[in-house]
Amino acid sequence: MAKPLLEFTDRGIYCEQGRFYIDPWKPVDDAVITHAHADHAYVGHKRYLAHHLSKEVLYYRLGEISLQTVEYGETVMKNGVEICLFPAGHVIGSAQIRISYKGEVWVVSGDYKTQDDGISTPFEPVACQHFISECTFGMPVYQWKEQAQIFSEINNWWCSNQQQGLLTVISGYSLGKAQRILQNLDLNIGPVFTHGVIENTNEALRRNGVILNPTTRITADTPKDEIRKGIILAPPSAIGTPWIRKFAPFSFGYCSGWMALRGAKRRRAADRGFILSDHADWDGLVSAIDATGCEKVYLTHGYTASFTRYLNEIGFDAREVHTLYGEEEEETSPNLTPPNLPGGEALKEYGNDSDRQVLPLGEDLGGVK
Amino acid sequence: MKAFAQLFLSLDETNKTNEKVRILKDYFNSVPDADKMHMLALFTGRRPKRPINSTLVRNWAVELSNIPAWLFEESYHVVGDLAETMSLLMPENTSGSNKTLTEWVAEINEVAKRNEEERKLWLIESWMMLDRQERFVFNKLLTGSFRIGVSQNLVVKALAEVTGIEAATLTHRIMGSWMPETYSYEQLIQEQSTADDISRPYPFFLAYPIQETSEKRKTADDLEASLGQPAEWQAEWKWDGIRAQMIKRDGKIFIWSRGEDLSTEKFPELHPFLNALPDGTVLDGEILSFTNGLPMPFNVLQTRIGRKNLSKKILQDSPVAVIAYDCLEFEGEDIRTKTQAERRVILEQLQAATEYPEVFRISELIKFDSWAELETLREQSRAMIAEGIMLKRKNATYQVGRRRGDWWKWKIDPLSIDAVMIYAQKGHGRRADLYTDYTFAVWDGDKLVPFAKAYSGLTDQEINKVDYFVKRNTLEKFGPVRTVKPELVFEIGFEGINKSTRHKSGIALRFPRILRWRHDKKKEEADTLETLKALLDPVSPSPEEGS
Repeated sequence: MAKPLLEFTDRGIYCEQGRFYIDPWKPVDDAVITHAHADHAYVGHKRYLAHHLSKEVLYYRLGEISLQTVEYGETVMKNGVEICLFPAGHVIGSAQIRISYKGEVWVVSGDYKTQDDGISTPFEPVACQHFISECTFGMPVYQWKEQAQIFSEINNWWCSNQQQGLLTVISGYSLGKAQRILQNLDLNIGPVFTHGVIENTNEALRRNGVILNPTTRITADTPKDEIRKGIILAPPSAIGTPWIRKFAPFSFGYCSGWMALRGAKRRRAADRGFILSDHADWDGLVSAIDATGCEKVYLTHGYTASFTRYLNEIGFDAREVHTLYGEEEEETSPNLTPPNLPGGEALKEYGNDSDRQVLPLGEDLGGVK
Repeated sequence: MKAFAQLFLSLDETNKTNEKVRILKDYFNSVPDADKMHMLALFTGRRPKRPINSTLVRNWAVELSNIPAWLFEESYHVVGDLAETMSLLMPENTSGSNKTLTEWVAEINEVAKRNEEERKLWLIESWMMLDRQERFVFNKLLTGSFRIGVSQNLVVKALAEVTGIEAATLTHRIMGSWMPETYSYEQLIQEQSTADDISRPYPFFLAYPIQETSEKRKTADDLEASLGQPAEWQAEWKWDGIRAQMIKRDGKIFIWSRGEDLSTEKFPELHPFLNALPDGTVLDGEILSFTNGLPMPFNVLQTRIGRKNLSKKILQDSPVAVIAYDCLEFEGEDIRTKTQAERRVILEQLQAATEYPEVFRISELIKFDSWAELETLREQSRAMIAEGIMLKRKNATYQVGRRRGDWWKWKIDPLSIDAVMIYAQKGHGRRADLYTDYTFAVWDGDKLVPFAKAYSGLTDQEINKVDYFVKRNTLEKFGPVRTVKPELVFEIGFEGINKSTRHKSGIALRFPRILRWRHDKKKEEADTLETLKALLDPVSPSPEEGS
């Protein structure tokens, strides 16, 4: 059997024929980038290829890189292999990468959602034989509501906070969720103030020609009275910091797909949790995979084990693959802080370095209650 | 039900105490009286009897959800709450319902009398007329407990503000075995006497712990600084048994455990002495197993808790007695406002008069003249089969709930051992979908032998870090359990240790918990099974004997 066009290596997804990687996590010569989130667009590659709308954000995040950008549907050839980008609907500029060579067609979807958020180019199913999919929310308990309904809840909450004289703080990660929230807030209620990290991303997108609603960057000089008339848009990492505490009292709303579960919501300890995700929900994943008409589907990150089993049971040929994706804020489940392990040692992959044996499971353990 | 579902949602959406009280008050002020009592019953752990076996409920939910049963199970592990899992997996409702909470509870009680087919029909119809939030609380009614992040204290506080009745009084009035069908809101807020319900216990007064860590122990000077003169205090051993309130009124006896379970029948050995008490007597004390006049470790008593039938053998092997330490009612009068010293005198009189001194024991006072002396005496706790020392202010009243100031428990240091985490499992509730339940092992030669499971003692941040580690260092998955790369070392504390034939390690721990994460230790530096076994008390019997 001939070698498949794409393979999963310890640097990322690799096309040997075209000699390029897709979203590699270790430095390579040629990298095709699905979108600008940190777990997909790493620093250190010699050449980058991405969508036009990712350009300024990539420069902002990665500095001076050698970057070629293309439009959706535009074809680039690398060593005889055809590369074409299609919208993934995840964030502005996010793309699925179609790779074809001699009739063999693969699609690397990166992260995606099937819901139209009104700001990212909507997801399009792309016919292929091999489909590489995420499954961050690949459990049937995750089912999103219409975004209009969620934003009406958000605007009502903002309105009622304002009537009680309470400042509103809403959080979503800086590329994607922040702009989605911004474009759907009812600006008749008040103005939008942004945390610097979000405003930097907004500015990069504006440089890229994206039209966003007006925002004001919060600086040391921004009068507090002015801010209290509006809403603060902050990244999740700002929550709980002295920066945000300066604005107390406020009501804090958190937007994430994880908010679908009570446990996660309580753990987040937000005043309000809104179920809003830039990833496909259960039905979205199943329908997107089905729409590709693929022969094989590869699940990279999320609830891979159970989702793979389910897909196989309903007639797909599905398998789990190991990647390092899934470290973007929304994907790392609703933890309070990015984990920081002791000594960095624990992050190493497990190898056969242990000469000591663990006993197998299967007995009731000690611990009398 | 809409109001009750909204109450749940609103309570979930805030973690501010004042806000929760406001939400509870709004609820009390907006629903009919019958609903108030039903809510109060549910929030104080008085759930309707399960009308349908929970396996059936689960099976029908799987059917309605149209997913494979294994995926339902996996979803449950992710969500960490059965009622919530079912409400999320079923299709959207097709109609609505305006039934009140009281009406729903009545239906639930009614359906218990019908046959299986009728129950199924009723349940599926009910599910399809409730929206997700209503369905969730409805499922809670059917299957779960109502642990919802709101303490009984908070509910009572809100009710006190709504009714103008003191919280302590209300706490007392909602003790015991009432049902919302027979105890009306009107009765609750009326003036009452103990005669209304002769079985009703008083709220327990709970001691506050004197906080210590293994690195920082309280000195005699610290105690003097915070507690004052030793002469103002009485000291007793802190017994490790079942806290109980024993009532004799109108010729009837009642034994209540701290969880507000009526346990009269579980302790037949106590009946003769209780029956011999004068009417209108309520005692507070600890139930323990005794042999030859000596208390036995808790694990002996444990073999008979939870058993429906007490066999002759059990009664022989672990006969119980009471160590009484307080008297709350005497000659029909509530004496909780008398001082500790005054109540002690009454207790001593009652005990001196008993014909059953082997069963009705009294908690001896520990004589001490200085805090330093008491500190030394505390070292004998383990030999006394006690958990430490109780300190009670001599002029204190008997209060409601856990209060700082007049009752303190000063426990001895837990035993501890350094162990390696080898398995992890996801938690429930607030910790759902996070790996929070761990199994620990110690070295036996070059093998790691599991010996304890523990899940408390880490901060949320530490849990996040361990969760992150587990997700990236899984060696094998067995259903919900993951075998993880043995690497992280934790100090595990526990209250007691016993031999066990059921566990591979040969030992069983009591109350194991994580004391701290030993970042400074490598897995090779964890303790050995030999070290652990050395902690075994040579005289302690095996809990398996006789079971």
